[in-house]
Amino acid sequence: MDFILQPWPWYIGGPLIAISLLLYFYFGKNFGASTNFDTLCTMAGAGKVSDYFKKDWKERDFALLFVVGLIIGGFISAWYLIPNPAIDLNPTTVKELTDLGFLNVGNQYFPDEIFGEEAFSSIKGFLILIVSGILIGFGTRYAGGCTSGHAITGLSSLQFPSLLAVIGFFIGGIIATWFIIPMLF
Amino acid sequence: MKNIRFLILGIFFAIVLSKTQAISWYRFYEMFKFQSFHMFGIIGGAVVISAVFMQLFKSGKIKDINGNKIAPTPKKKGFISTLLGGTFFGLGWGISGACAAPIFVILGFKLIPALILLFGALLGAFIYGLLSKKLPN
Repeated sequence: MDFILQPWPWYIGGPLIAISLLLYFYFGKNFGASTNFDTLCTMAGAGKVSDYFKKDWKERDFALLFVVGLIIGGFISAWYLIPNPAIDLNPTTVKELTDLGFLNVGNQYFPDEIFGEEAFSSIKGFLILIVSGILIGFGTRYAGGCTSGHAITGLSSLQFPSLLAVIGFFIGGIIATWFIIPMLF
Repeated sequence: MKNIRFLILGIFFAIVLSKTQAISWYRFYEMFKFQSFHMFGIIGGAVVISAVFMQLFKSGKIKDINGNKIAPTPKKKGFISTLLGGTFFGLGWGISGACAAPIFVILGFKLIPALILLFGALLGAFIYGLLSKKLPN
């Protein structure tokens, strides 16, 4: 029981994610997460505006159940499985973020500066989240996948487009963390 | 109700991501600043082990639950779309620390910010759908 409540090391994470992928394929479907953004748009009626969303979302009922599972799993983890949310960060990271004005760096999973009530209820904080969301939704659909679909499924099945996509992920992520975050805070 | 297995797999996957801290904003910040091995270890490990599974799928040693051969859907080709789309996604990921699956997991941790992210992501996907025919591939 103690192991369940401790943070799990990286060498547990890789194999368990690979096993998730294995089971997803074993159950007969293609592993990925971001196609669900399209499916949810279709369910919300986007097919009335664009043919792109004219699909039968019921064909993706399995993926929607996976999403429901992700949400349930998130609540279970947050409420019961993480008694100590401290992250063992590199001291350089802690110092850098503290210098930018972040408080309690690494004492929880999500910084209050972005996920705290004061942050997201301000115009700046709301814009940070909504614009990030738009970039995530637009980018994953334009690229044809996210971390699950491209970085893990695509790279492991040696698909060239996935290598390009992952290079793009890092270009964007590096611009965001090296340049945009210091400008925002 | 055979799809219940996907629900259970979703719960499992969310717990794995949560327990290995692979949904934490700080972990992705560290990754993009190359200040920690943690996320590289997780993603790299997942890719290497998955590559072994892919070979077993390809050779037919592992078949799916119905006895069919497993073959991942080929990704759409397109130099600009994958690189540029990937860069947009990377920007959103780097700022918010969330990628696609974790947005749903984070609902359990930080409900309102995750709802804002999710609403944004749906808006982004909707914008892509509207523009998809006009964008360069």
